[in-house]
Amino acid sequence: MRDLEQELRHAQKTPGVVGFTGAPGSGKSTLVDALVHLLRKQDLSVAVLATDPNSPYTGGAILGDRIRMQRHALDPKVFIRSMGARGHLGGLSLASREAIRLLGAFGFDQVVVETVGVGQSELEVAAVADTTVVVLTPNQGDGVQMIKAGILEIADVFVVNKADIEGHMRVVTELRTMLSLAAPRSLGGEPRAWKPPIITTVASREEGIGELWAAVLEHRRHLESSGLGRRLHEQRLKDETAEVAAELARERVRRALDEDPGLAARLFDERTPYNTAEEILDRKPG
Amino acid sequence: MPETAVRPVRIIVAKVGLDGHDRGVKVVARALRDAGYEVIYTGLRQTPEMVVDAALQEDAQVIGLSIHSGAHMTLFPAVVAELKRRKATDITVFGGGIIPDDDIVALKKQGVAEIFTPGTPLQTIVEWLKKRFPEGA
Amino acid sequence: MKVRARDSKQAWKEDFEASAARDDGIETSTISGVPLKPLYTGDDLPRREEELPGQFPYTRGIHTSGYRGRLWTMRQFSGFATAEETNRRYKYLLANGQTGLSVAFDMPTLMGQDSDAPTSRGEIGHCGVAIDSLADMETLFDGIPLGDITTSMTINSPAAILLCMYIAVAEKQGVSASGLGGTLQNDILKEFIAQKEFIFPPAPSMRLVVDSIEYCAKEVPKWNTISISGYHIREAGSTAAQELAFTLADGMAYVDACLERGMHIDDFASRLSFFFDAHIDFFEEIAKFRAARRIWARWMKERYGAQQERSWKLRFHTQTAGVSLTAQQPELNIARTAIEALAAVLGGTQSLHTNAMDEVLALPTDKAARLALRTQQLLAYETGVANTIDPLGGSYFVEALTDEMERQAEVYFKRIEELGGVIPAIEASFFQKEIADAAFRYQQELEQKRRLMVGVNEFTVNDEPPIEILRIDPKLESEQVARVREVRKKRDQARCSNALSRLKKAAAGTDNLMPYILEAVRAYATEGEIMQSMIDVFGTYTEQAVV
Repeated sequence: MRDLEQELRHAQKTPGVVGFTGAPGSGKSTLVDALVHLLRKQDLSVAVLATDPNSPYTGGAILGDRIRMQRHALDPKVFIRSMGARGHLGGLSLASREAIRLLGAFGFDQVVVETVGVGQSELEVAAVADTTVVVLTPNQGDGVQMIKAGILEIADVFVVNKADIEGHMRVVTELRTMLSLAAPRSLGGEPRAWKPPIITTVASREEGIGELWAAVLEHRRHLESSGLGRRLHEQRLKDETAEVAAELARERVRRALDEDPGLAARLFDERTPYNTAEEILDRKPG
Repeated sequence: MPETAVRPVRIIVAKVGLDGHDRGVKVVARALRDAGYEVIYTGLRQTPEMVVDAALQEDAQVIGLSIHSGAHMTLFPAVVAELKRRKATDITVFGGGIIPDDDIVALKKQGVAEIFTPGTPLQTIVEWLKKRFPEGA
Repeated sequence: MKVRARDSKQAWKEDFEASAARDDGIETSTISGVPLKPLYTGDDLPRREEELPGQFPYTRGIHTSGYRGRLWTMRQFSGFATAEETNRRYKYLLANGQTGLSVAFDMPTLMGQDSDAPTSRGEIGHCGVAIDSLADMETLFDGIPLGDITTSMTINSPAAILLCMYIAVAEKQGVSASGLGGTLQNDILKEFIAQKEFIFPPAPSMRLVVDSIEYCAKEVPKWNTISISGYHIREAGSTAAQELAFTLADGMAYVDACLERGMHIDDFASRLSFFFDAHIDFFEEIAKFRAARRIWARWMKERYGAQQERSWKLRFHTQTAGVSLTAQQPELNIARTAIEALAAVLGGTQSLHTNAMDEVLALPTDKAARLALRTQQLLAYETGVANTIDPLGGSYFVEALTDEMERQAEVYFKRIEELGGVIPAIEASFFQKEIADAAFRYQQELEQKRRLMVGVNEFTVNDEPPIEILRIDPKLESEQVARVREVRKKRDQARCSNALSRLKKAAAGTDNLMPYILEAVRAYATEGEIMQSMIDVFGTYTEQAVV
C-alpha cells in the first residue's frame, strides 16, 4: 500500500467528493441515483461509494444500494462500489478513504459517498467528503428532535426528501429554527461562515435534484474562496495518518499478545493494559 | 496499509433472464449474510453483461444465479463466457433453480462450480462456500 | 368410595396436561404460524346464526346445491413450446375428460416480448406456449370450438392483448364475443407484489385492467375479466392469512378503480374471480377458503353497496401448491397434491388445477399430467366428498379457524388502509417485506427441523434413479423465431402500422384501449409491437427491491 501511495501522489485528478448521510429509509440511495442521472446528463463521470452496516455478530451484510441504481448498469462512466462498514459503527472503513483517492486517480469527475446514518457516521462522512449532505424525511418519528447533536455542525447542505409526504414543511421549519438558534461552529471551533441551505426533494420523482447539486457546487466555491477547503484537506490527511497509525498499533498489539504467551500471561495476572500496550509499542516492530 | 481482520467474501446474487421468482434468491441472500458474507443483490432481469460488470466493480469473488424459467442452458454459459471475455475467470459461478440433473452435469463441464436444486438446505450452500473460501476473501 | 365427578371438559384438560407430549420438536402451529389448540369443542364454536350454502355471507358455499348441482371444473394449466404442440396436448386432455382449457404462456410472451427479441433467447417455450401474434393463437385453438368450451389464460401485463387475440380467433370461427366464456388472469397488482411480471408502471397498468373489465362488461359479458390471485403471493412465501388479506385487498383496489371509472358495481363485480393456492396444511386452507367467501360478501354488500347477489359471491379457482412439491422422491408429490386438492374441494372451489409430480423438475410429461387429472377424478367420483355441501361446516375446529383467518385478514386490511391503499403500500414495499420475512422464517423452521419436508430434510434417500422428464426441443426456438418473422413479412403493413399508431395515440389519451388493441391484433401486429406502442407512452417500471 505504501508503494501505491507513492505512485498515486502524482495522480492527476482530485474529484469533488460529496457525502450523503441520513437515517435508514430516508431515501438516500434513490437520491444518489437521481443525482448520478443528473451528472451523467452533464456528461460527467461518477463513482459512488455506498456503505451499509455489517452485522456485528456475523460480519455479513446485504449491501443494498447498487440495486437502487440499476439504470446506470453498464454505463462505463458510472462506477458503484458497495462497502460494508466493517466495524466502523455506521460509517466508513479506512479502506474507503483509500478507495476515494484511487477513484480520483482513475479519473472520475465526481465521487459520491453514501453512508448509513447511525452511530457517528455523520462525523465519518464529514471526515471524507468536501460537502456533507444530511438527508431527512418527514416520517422520522419525533421529527427534527431526532437529530443528534453534531449534525448541525456537520451538515453543509440539508435535504428534506419525500417532500410529497405530509409533514415535510414542519421538518423544514423546525430545522430552520434550530439553525437560527444554534449558531453552529465548525470542527475547529470557529463560528461557521457557511449557512447550510435546506433543499426539499422528491427523489423518486427526481424533483429538487438540480437545486441540490447547485447547493453542493456553491459550497465548493465557498471552500475554495475561503481557503477552508485546503485547511480541511490538510486536517484530514493528519487525521487519517493518525488513524492508520492507530490501526497499525492495534494490529501490533494483537499480534504480540497472540504470539507471546508470556506477555499475555503477565497481562492477565497483573491486569495492566496501559503498561502492556506501551511495552509492546516500545519494542522494535517485526 | 494494515489488513483489517479477515475480509469477508463478497457475493453477487442475481436473477438472470425474464423469470421473476425471487423467493429463493432472497432467502439465500439472507442466509449468506447471516453466515458472514457481504452480499450484493442486483435484482431481476439481469443480463449476463450486467451481472459480470457488477461483479467486477464490486470486486466480488462469487456470482450466484437463480433461474426458474428453464433458460439455464443459455444463461449460465453466457455468464461464464462473459467472465472469460472480461478476463475474470477467477470468479466462482454457482446457482440454483429448476435445473434437471443432466443439465447440472453439462453446466459444470462448462465452468459452473455448483448448482443447488430446490430443497437444498441453506446450510449446505454455506458449507460449500466455506470450503471454497476457508480464509475469507 | 366416592369419586368426585369432574366436568368432562375439565377432566380432559387435566388428563391432557398430565399426559406426555411428543418430543420430536415439530411445530404444532399451522404452517403459517397460527397457534392451534390440541382440541376444539363446542365452546370454540363461534356464536352466530347458522350459515347455509347459497346464502349471504356464503361461508358454506356460493351455490345452494354445491357439488350436487355441478362438480368443480377440472382445469389443468398447460402449455409448452409451440402452439402446435400445445394444441395437441389440449386435444389429448379434452379427450381424457378435462372440462376446460387453461393456457400457460412462455416467459417472453408473459413479458410482452416477441420470440426474436434478444432477451427472448433461451427462454422460448420452456414454461408455456410461445404466442407472438394472432397466427400462433389460431394454431393454438385449431380444431377447438371456442363457443363450446371455456378457456382460462394466465397472463398479466399483456393480458388485454391475449384476450383480443382470443376474441379474434373466435371471430374467425364464427363465434361472437358475446358467446365466449373463460377467464383472464389480468391481475397486475400481484405482479408488483409477488410474481414480478410487470412491465408498465402501476397507474397505466391499472388503466388497462379497468379498460378490459369495462370492455367485457359490454362486449364479452360471460368472461371472467380478472382472476385476482393469491397463488403467487403464497408461492412467494407468504402465510395463509397474508395470501387471503393481500388478495382480497387487491380485489378491493380493482373495485375502487372501476368505480372511479364510473362503472356501477353490479355491472362488473360478478365477473371478478379469484385464484388461491391450496397448500399442504390441510385445515388452514379450508378455513381460508371459507373466510374468503365471507369477507368478500360482507365488503361487497356492506362497504360497496352492491345490490345483486351475484356481486357478493366470491368464485375461485385453486391450484395445488407448487412450492410444496419436492424434487426428492417426487412420487410423493402425487400424495401431496391429492391432499391439497382435497382441501380445495372441501373448501368449495369452483375449479381446480392439480400439479403433476414432476413439476419441480420441468414441465410435466403426458403421463404425469394425466395422473394429475386422474387425481381430481378420484376425488370427484370415488371418495364421496362431493356428496354433501361444505361437509366440515359445524366442525368446532374449522369454524374457529375460519373466524381466526377472517380476523387476521381484517388486521391486514387496516394496515393497508393506513398506508394509503394497495398501490402506496406496494411502493412502500410493505407486501414484499412481509412476504420475504415469512419466507425466511419458514426456511429457518425447515433448517431447524421444526417443520419437515419428507424426503428433503428428513426421511431422505440417496442415489435416487432419475425420473423421465419433459425436454423442450431446442430446435423449436429457431422455428418460432422464423415464424414470427414470416408473420411480419406477410401481413398488410399499412393496416398494421396504422393500427399501432392509433393505439399509441389512444394510449396517450383516455379512450378504452381494447378496441384499438383488437384492431392491431387483427392486423397481425405482434405482441411485442403492441406492447412497445404502449411502452412508448407509459414507460416501464423498475421495482424498489427489498431483500
